[in-house]
Amino acid sequence: MLNIIVCIKQVPMVSELPWNSKTGTLKRELAQGMMDPSSRLALEAGLRLKQDPKTEDQDIKISALSMGPPMAEEVLHQAVSLGADQGVLLTDRRMAGADTCLTSLILGEYIRKFEPETDLVLCGSQTSDSETAQVGPQLACELDMPAIGWASDIRLCGKSVTVERHVDDFLETLEMDLPGLVTIDQAAFAPRYATLGGVADAFETPRVRIVDAETLGLDKTFNALKDSPTRILDVYSPTTQKENRVMKGAAKTVVDQLFKEYGKIISSAMGKDLKK
Amino acid sequence: MKQNGQSKDIWVLGDYRNYFRSRVTLQILARARALAEQTGGKVCAVVFGHQMDEYVGEYVAHGADRVYVMDHPKLKEYALETYTFLLTRLTREFGPEILLIGATRFGQEIAPRVAKVLKTGLTADCIDLEIDDKGCLVQIAPSFGGNLVARIITPNARPQMATIRPGTFQELPHNDDAKGEIIALDLPSDMPQERVRCIQSEYKPAKAQGIEKADIVITGGRGMGSKGKFKKLFELARMMNAEVGATRPVVYADWIGHDALVGQAGKHIRPKVLLSFGISGAIQHTAAISDADFIVAVNKNPNATMMKMADVAIVADANQVCSGIIRAVKEKIRD
Repeated sequence: MLNIIVCIKQVPMVSELPWNSKTGTLKRELAQGMMDPSSRLALEAGLRLKQDPKTEDQDIKISALSMGPPMAEEVLHQAVSLGADQGVLLTDRRMAGADTCLTSLILGEYIRKFEPETDLVLCGSQTSDSETAQVGPQLACELDMPAIGWASDIRLCGKSVTVERHVDDFLETLEMDLPGLVTIDQAAFAPRYATLGGVADAFETPRVRIVDAETLGLDKTFNALKDSPTRILDVYSPTTQKENRVMKGAAKTVVDQLFKEYGKIISSAMGKDLKK
Repeated sequence: MKQNGQSKDIWVLGDYRNYFRSRVTLQILARARALAEQTGGKVCAVVFGHQMDEYVGEYVAHGADRVYVMDHPKLKEYALETYTFLLTRLTREFGPEILLIGATRFGQEIAPRVAKVLKTGLTADCIDLEIDDKGCLVQIAPSFGGNLVARIITPNARPQMATIRPGTFQELPHNDDAKGEIIALDLPSDMPQERVRCIQSEYKPAKAQGIEKADIVITGGRGMGSKGKFKKLFELARMMNAEVGATRPVVYADWIGHDALVGQAGKHIRPKVLLSFGISGAIQHTAAISDADFIVAVNKNPNATMMKMADVAIVADANQVCSGIIRAVKEKIRD
């Protein structure tokens, strides 16, 4: 039996960006959610290991684990419909506003207490909303597991994994004994879609468990927003900072004007000298 | 031995592997120099490896007051758990106020680990760094796919940590006369066992061209008018040694292949110059181009998002301006 945990984050669809101007954190409860695309690749990696004929003799159990507001339950049902055996949502007001340091602490706390037999943790390399690429490595530290980032391929061999990756212009093959953690590269492979049977099955026998701070055994005074080492001062829209020079007129006039004023920038990017 | 946060120094991790493609350490040293003017601390590079004299010299020539060097044959190859152990230990011992790390893949792996072990904050991919009136490091970073910018501080924990993408800051000119203190450190005796084994590692630089690496990218949207007219962008791209990208509607209309999609579901680009033709600027698209250094947008609608975020917004027909630029470039590069 091999136990795999796939960390999955629900991210807001980017068409709406409400945030709390006091705390600077996103009002995730107001935005429509979807499964973070990079988490989806981590799930795909897990499902492929489960279905790999070479490892078929091994019984593999996949648990999808998420932390987030109650609505994040949706992405766990989605994970089950895609083939995960169960879903677990860690949700509590006191977990809200966690930075990566505290997020990895909470996820780690769950794995330590409720899934101590975990062999492999899979994470996306970076989520589409905050893109820090920090939770995976920090969760590995929290659990004192060896870890490999940005895997483009992953193979199981008994209780060890072999990973291929292309990072900083090096093509590497790495190996580690389990338990361990792997984050999956963005371009690793195409994720699958849920089958109708999978969706029906996920609805018929719900397999998503909700765990709050108390059940998790977090300290009574625990408050992720307060305890996070980082503090967001404010959030603003950066698009207003550009000079935003507006040019109007006939095509020939504006093109001449463009090259007259900005020809240097353009020719330097082209790597060619342009005549005045 | 000092406690955390007792020195005012700013540390920069020397990331020298792949030195000639990534100058990120030198770029961060330049910024650290400017921050140190305000905080009064020293700028220190810290570097692990074997036979790194030339890099150590470079760090001094590019702004480091001091370089901590741990040179040992055992440190010859980059090793994540070893380097994490060493950087964590030295940070505890010397207590820098600020620790900055280049967001190479290696930097992105080591920085969160060091922050986690030291129970301190870390902000990823800062686009700028400032010192506030209390002397705190203000970490300015894109948030939400680059649509918003957040100002973040680490009020209590030390060191204050941030990663910075290559290309964010400009390195200082090489100064041969610069004097720096070199401090040699001994390899600790209690080194951890590396749990990840490297079976094979081959230097294989990614292809230089391609839309994600191009210095000039030309993007087109529905405003180009038709598939036939869209083809003008390819002509312009050939002349300018540029790559062509497109928005989702254009890809769906089959004016160009899916490979060219620039957006959240496609490519993220960071060219020096972006010429954007007939694109209104849905967030999914603009999130993927906000790292462009210089944006020229052409659109009939002056209120389009794309026009608002451009350095130069040309209010005109995209197609006609494209033809105009083709003519102008032809003339200007003719021998």
